Amino acid sequence: MYKYDEYDQAMVDARVEEFRDQTRRRLAGELTEDQFKPLRLMNGLYLQLHAYMLRVAIPYGTLNSQQMNMLGHIARKYDRGYGHFTTRQNIQYNWIKLEDAPDILADLSTVEMHAIQTSGNCIRNISSDQFAGAAADEITDPRPWAELLRQWSSFHPEFSYLPRKFKIAVIASDEDRAAMRLHDIGIQLIHNDAGKLGAKFFVGGGMGRTPMIGPEIRDFVPADELIHYAEACLRVYNRYGRRDNKYKARIKILVHELGKDEYTRQVEEEFAHMKTLGLNPPVAELARITEFFPDPAYDTTANDELDLTDPDFRIWVEQNTHPHKQAGYAIANISLKPTGGIPGDASADQIDLMADLAKEYSFDELRVTHAQNIVLPHVKKSELYALWQKLDDAGLAPANLDLISDMIACPGLDYCSLANARSIPVAQKIGQRFSDIGRQKELGELKLKISGCINACGHHHAGHIGILGVDRKGVENYQLSLGGSGAEDVSLAKITGPGFDEDGIVDAVEKVTDVYLRDREGDERFVDTYRRIGMVPFKEALYD
Amino acid sequence: MTDIIIFNDRSASDAVAVSLEGFLGASNTTAVRIEPGEDIRELLPHLDRVALVEINFPVFGDGRGYSAAQILREHGFTGELRAIGDVLVDQLAYMLRCGFDSADPDQALDADAVQNALNRYPHVYQKTTGTAPISGRRPIWEIRHE
Repeated sequence: MYKYDEYDQAMVDARVEEFRDQTRRRLAGELTEDQFKPLRLMNGLYLQLHAYMLRVAIPYGTLNSQQMNMLGHIARKYDRGYGHFTTRQNIQYNWIKLEDAPDILADLSTVEMHAIQTSGNCIRNISSDQFAGAAADEITDPRPWAELLRQWSSFHPEFSYLPRKFKIAVIASDEDRAAMRLHDIGIQLIHNDAGKLGAKFFVGGGMGRTPMIGPEIRDFVPADELIHYAEACLRVYNRYGRRDNKYKARIKILVHELGKDEYTRQVEEEFAHMKTLGLNPPVAELARITEFFPDPAYDTTANDELDLTDPDFRIWVEQNTHPHKQAGYAIANISLKPTGGIPGDASADQIDLMADLAKEYSFDELRVTHAQNIVLPHVKKSELYALWQKLDDAGLAPANLDLISDMIACPGLDYCSLANARSIPVAQKIGQRFSDIGRQKELGELKLKISGCINACGHHHAGHIGILGVDRKGVENYQLSLGGSGAEDVSLAKITGPGFDEDGIVDAVEKVTDVYLRDREGDERFVDTYRRIGMVPFKEALYD
Repeated sequence: MTDIIIFNDRSASDAVAVSLEGFLGASNTTAVRIEPGEDIRELLPHLDRVALVEINFPVFGDGRGYSAAQILREHGFTGELRAIGDVLVDQLAYMLRCGFDSADPDQALDADAVQNALNRYPHVYQKTTGTAPISGRRPIWEIRHE
């Protein structure tokens, strides 16, 4: 894992002191709420329905047990004993007092963490593949590149007042586990024909009110030009992105309105200019960062066989583990989606336990996924059973990864000041309806995603089944959509028709899964059947 | 003129800035004011006769002026670059790093707060282009590999 040096630490410490001063000025009445708002937002502090919400950055979703323990400590000391892992691999605390916020940031800085740029119209936390460094299918570990981008984007003087927020994802495999093409910039690391490592750029993806899949604008950017190219992409956006309407201000609208070719032409022109300025860190810097991400000291003689005689363990292994690049090891997914629970929530005790388990079983490493789960990336197969038993005792072993109950849901109207409808009760009711794990496994991979408003934080556009909560004349109403995907088969879901009330949407989900069970062929997933047979059979089941 | 904040050791120009259109139409003016929607590149052919460029921030959240400032410096502009408008203390450090020499905020700023803001961060992660003291300010990655 990356370790701060004196420079990184000095920057984070300066930020803590700056925010302490800003908070003091606010509490003393020297700053109005209007003046304070952009300052607190740059530090991840939102004013929500009931309290302040603090969003803490977990760069590219990677953390160690000491950092995880700190997240538990904050939940216990400053919140109500729990935290909420988010779709951008961060964690949010929903019950924060303003006067505590500087102390929380100070506590975080002691374990090389921060809340810098977790909100505001700036470059947000860089996200990545949660299996980075462990997946059998990656061509390299994308995290050093993400760390290079993290440092470049931190306190960027030119790009801290963009037209709108800006999200970057970096992956290094053909399988996309990070919804890369639904980011403002999606980067896929690839080898070119000469065998050199570089970055393929996709620009202008996103969800929100106007979902778009980011088009590829350059097939190869060499490592020593990465920052130049990113600067060029951002400069064109900063200068020409719309500022007249916040709903049209994301880069996807600029790329769409200019057209991919014209946007690309402008970026290339700017890129040629950037290259004359020497803004890119030397390859030695990427090499320095890469040294922090060595393979753990695997036991290369570890047994690759697994005893699956315990049927419950077998179900968990089948569903929640993923092939590791090292024989004898597995990637273990901890589902934060118990039946009837709040997707992504974990108690302080659970957070501490996961930290302990990471230390004991996974070379001190954890990951947060964009599907709001936790990963122990390097677990010896011979120790999986012991790990599973401890997870099960703590309610952390739902065997439902990528099944219908492994839902993404935004906080919705229970917490969020933007929401039009509640998301959590809908997630809970669907979870209860499909609580039988056998039934879930029969339905197979089925990504269900729920947003409580049009801003789409719950990724409903990218759901095999998507649900959008709206306010219809003061009543919560839920629209159903089908056929989206945030993976390498990226697509945007289409709405089925008129919406449903809270109980009606649970019935509607059941009806579309019945259509799938009736019409599927071979080993088709839900989304494959939808793509083959189209919307009509589903509409007939829903509305006739 | 007394409210102008100078970031470095140059002295503020007292030239009166005209609009970009006015500047381009009159060959004897030396100071120009740029609005966020205007293309700073129109000014590049005329840099040899510009002593002062004012870049207007009608609202602090409109960050186009930062790019305009960088483009000017990257193309060799050495005259005075001044931020005007809704300039708040918490943006000053970014302005300094983007090549501004001075600011003339709509609302007067507390002098101590200005000094704190300008000196808050001990290092920078990015290389930017500007006149002193920005020229030669080395980003962290460069210090690491010296």
